[in-house]
Amino acid sequence: MNRTDRVALTFERLSAEGRAGLVTFITAGDPDLETSQQLMERLPGAGADLIELGMPFSDPMADGPAIQAANLRALANGISLHKTLDMVARFRQSNERTPVILMGYFNPIYQYGPARFVRDAVESGVDGLIMVDLPPEEDDELCDAARTAGLHWVRLVTPTSDEKRLKQVLRNTSGFIYYVSIAGITGTRSAAAGAVGDAVGALRQHTSLPIAVGFGINSADQVRQTGEIADGAVVGSAIIREIERNLDSLGVAKPQLLKRVSELVSALAEGLRS
Amino acid sequence: MAPPSNSTEPLESYRSGPDDRGHFGMFGGRFVAETLMPLVLDLEAAYGKARQSPEFQRDFDYYATHYTGRPSPLYFARSLTETLGGAKVYFKRDELNHTGSHKINNTLGQILLAKRMGKSRIIAETGAGQHGVATATVCALFDLPCVVYMGATDIERRAPNVFRMKLLGAEIVPVTSGTGTLKDAMNDALRDWVANVEETFYIIGTVAGPHPYPAMVRDFQSVIGREARSQILEAEGRLPDTLVACIGGGSNAMGLFHPFLDDPVNIVGVEAGGYGLDTEKHAASLTGGRPGVLHGNRTYLLQNEDGQITDAHSISAGLDYPGIGPEHSWLHDQGRVDYVSVTDSEALEAFQLCCRTEGIIPALEPAHALAHVAKIAPKMNKEQIIVMNLCGRGDKDIFTVADALGIKI
Repeated sequence: MNRTDRVALTFERLSAEGRAGLVTFITAGDPDLETSQQLMERLPGAGADLIELGMPFSDPMADGPAIQAANLRALANGISLHKTLDMVARFRQSNERTPVILMGYFNPIYQYGPARFVRDAVESGVDGLIMVDLPPEEDDELCDAARTAGLHWVRLVTPTSDEKRLKQVLRNTSGFIYYVSIAGITGTRSAAAGAVGDAVGALRQHTSLPIAVGFGINSADQVRQTGEIADGAVVGSAIIREIERNLDSLGVAKPQLLKRVSELVSALAEGLRS
Repeated sequence: MAPPSNSTEPLESYRSGPDDRGHFGMFGGRFVAETLMPLVLDLEAAYGKARQSPEFQRDFDYYATHYTGRPSPLYFARSLTETLGGAKVYFKRDELNHTGSHKINNTLGQILLAKRMGKSRIIAETGAGQHGVATATVCALFDLPCVVYMGATDIERRAPNVFRMKLLGAEIVPVTSGTGTLKDAMNDALRDWVANVEETFYIIGTVAGPHPYPAMVRDFQSVIGREARSQILEAEGRLPDTLVACIGGGSNAMGLFHPFLDDPVNIVGVEAGGYGLDTEKHAASLTGGRPGVLHGNRTYLLQNEDGQITDAHSISAGLDYPGIGPEHSWLHDQGRVDYVSVTDSEALEAFQLCCRTEGIIPALEPAHALAHVAKIAPKMNKEQIIVMNLCGRGDKDIFTVADALGIKI
């Protein structure tokens, strides 16, 4: 990879600091483009080590109610894939260090054109992709182009991934592994810490890549527990719900939204720095 | 089935798909979350074994005959034929099946498979409620708990079917996400499946979803076409000139068409044109959409430029889906099947025509097929034959029709 590998540098730095990283998920354009941009720019200062930016889709079939609603809010306020990439480009004007991973569903990229998307994503300063509905069986038209262009291809490993499948999933995976701690959708239940520890331990037998754990991590306590067993803790729905709590009855961001969400992120990050 | 071997040029068979990755050309596939992949692969393996099993086939045939009431008649619609004044019109009477539509063919097949796989809980999505009723029915028969996801909007429009499902013991989950219609019900059913991977079997109602569903549902529904083919040969001594069926997801059409795909027969699929293709209010994915990825497969979809799925509209809730089965997309691109559309008002007229000429109240879905038949039959000669799939009865639709006609009942 010729470009600066922000993902690798970040995990190296975290390792040197002896702690796991906080991965924060927000949906691009939620609740509106400008608020979302400002929020994204504040995340690193609040304690986010990596940013996952959701590419909104009308039918997010792996997401729970909180992120579904965020997708619809963002779409209602005019987000598009093009504007999502613009958000990253704007973010890069003031932040060269924090990795940005785009997460979403294939159809908007398919319509944009995979080759054009990969080119524009690289140009905007995107570091990697997590594609929810592209299992290894279906990912060749995007995965190859993305990896060739220097984007990390982060795959999801789940409680249903058996040994045989694991090999297939880990092939072509780069940057880090995203371990989905429950069989389920985002923002619903939480896994038992013991089960996640076992799964991450088993996963380490098969890969030397950093492992981030997500789905069902809502509190600073859960972030801390996850940080003890994994290299990163992903928080999404809890942040989205805080955004939701700071909307007025018309769905417009209240003045204190940025401050409140930043405070939540700081509190979550605290769990990894004590 | 292999194409005839005596032709000088090797004939391409239109019946050999999908390939082993579940693709019909560029369509189909398995675009699902990683959590579901092992389940989808398990299902594919289990179905592969079941379809080779004489015992499974015997059970399927037994229930088809004694429970569903197959074979359904192939009926010469004499009065309609005379009224239209052209080709002879035959109805494949799948509206006479137990539960009143073709949906039971598929739910019986899938629940027998669920039993073989040792699954203890059934989920399904439904739009008009016909697939929900057919699923609740087989769950009652085989004593399995049944959860049906149904859009909140559709629940309001289809109170009788909602009550039917409840009588049959199903739990109805109203879906308020998105627009509260069939596509959202399917999203929520997929979300349920991902969260209940061990014990749950998802009975998809149409020839869509991740592989193996499109092929499996087609296989179970192909009983329609196999019967129709031998029935028309017996009645007329020859194959029909034209087949016509309506298409939402496309299961009744695929079931009728598939056994005829390698025959010299014109095949026409009729999509729901809603207020017309020049408006945004229609459900014609093939004639008004473009390829995309949704619900586990690549197929033609109604969507905006950014790849966001747009709402479908049809007077018929059963056709109100922004996608279509991937095999139809392939047959469309191959040029093997012609896809046309019929508007709400044309379907409504055909609905009334069928009531008056044949004494059959059709569902609004096949009323779309009939509207196309009414367009083409008069232009054909009297020796020509059309077979149309009358895939559902219209009792469920009388409120919608009354409303559309401005009549209070």
